[in-house]
Amino acid sequence: MRDLFRGELVRLTSEEPGLRAQAEARWQRDTEFHRLADSDPAQIISEKKLKEWFEKQIENGFKPDRYSFAVRTLADDRHIAFFALWLDLIHNEAWVGIGIGEREFWGKGYGTEMMKLCLQYAFTELNVHRVSLGLHEYNPRALRSYQKAGFRMEGRTRQDLMREGKRYDSLWMGILREEWMQMQTGDLHE
Amino acid sequence: MIDIQTQLFEGRDIRFGPIDYEKDPEIETKWTHDSAFMRMYEINPARPLSAAIIKKQYEKLEKQVEEDKNLYHFMIRAKEDDRLIGRAAIQWIEWTNGNAWLHLGIGSAQDQRKGFGSQALGMLMRFAFAELNLFRLSARIPEYNQAAIALFSKFGFAEEVRRRQALDRDGRRWDLIVFGLLNSEWQNQTRA
Repeated sequence: MRDLFRGELVRLTSEEPGLRAQAEARWQRDTEFHRLADSDPAQIISEKKLKEWFEKQIENGFKPDRYSFAVRTLADDRHIAFFALWLDLIHNEAWVGIGIGEREFWGKGYGTEMMKLCLQYAFTELNVHRVSLGLHEYNPRALRSYQKAGFRMEGRTRQDLMREGKRYDSLWMGILREEWMQMQTGDLHE
Repeated sequence: MIDIQTQLFEGRDIRFGPIDYEKDPEIETKWTHDSAFMRMYEINPARPLSAAIIKKQYEKLEKQVEEDKNLYHFMIRAKEDDRLIGRAAIQWIEWTNGNAWLHLGIGSAQDQRKGFGSQALGMLMRFAFAELNLFRLSARIPEYNQAAIALFSKFGFAEEVRRRQALDRDGRRWDLIVFGLLNSEWQNQTRA
């Protein structure tokens, strides 16, 4: 069987509130990162508060509907990114949130590989029927990466974002289990 | 003609009102026993709820309104006898982006298909666009809910997103459609 947690560039590791808070305290100061990843206003929160928040999310009981990972480089075990899957257990769908906080790793194939691992996990371990995500019109790098991973465009909510006085659309993408299966070359069981 | 004197919460046959903690739970518990209605109203699994649980949910809802500041909620009542006929909400408001999601339903079968939903949606849109000053509104509707699709289309909402096979009901998959309308489009309609 394939290794679910290891790619060519990164591996998926457990989330740890202290580590994540430390990283987030640094990443939140990069407002471009925030604006690419989120639709709410950028803000600055203390590391203490961040840690409490992640403790609540991570430690106070694993929820059956949330799967999140700290992503580390294979080369030097650096914590560069996170991703999370939120599961709708009834309709068998997962939503993805993904972000590379360390900018020096942007545009080098790390995101594409993370998404590949993410979809593999969603379809072969969580066994969902489809995976969904949303992104902003002004994030073409993410769009290309998601297209490469096999996501298809399902529509746009017009002008629902306002940044720097301008209106932008949100884009919504999805990939079905059968579409993902068709993309797999080689044996899943090897 | 809509102006500042035109009441926001009074329609022709309906009005928006607050929760009645004594009477409403007894009515809403009946709606939750109607799976046909609940599957149109909610994406979550239909589930009969007692009046006591519904009362607790009202308390939770009003706490959320107070604390989160991103939710407006109304009970829809018939003007003739003030009976509860449905619920309407503007939820998940993002103030900095000026967007929000609509949710509404007419609960009992004998009040459906009488134009109450249409009046409620009109009032909800006016409240969202002319009182909250939102820039746009969205609604998500399962593809099997033809009545809702017809209603939102009548009010100018456009299909913007089709989330393929996002729902699993009755042993098959269904699309979940997102409809959207801009404040400017609404203004053009009301002026016309």
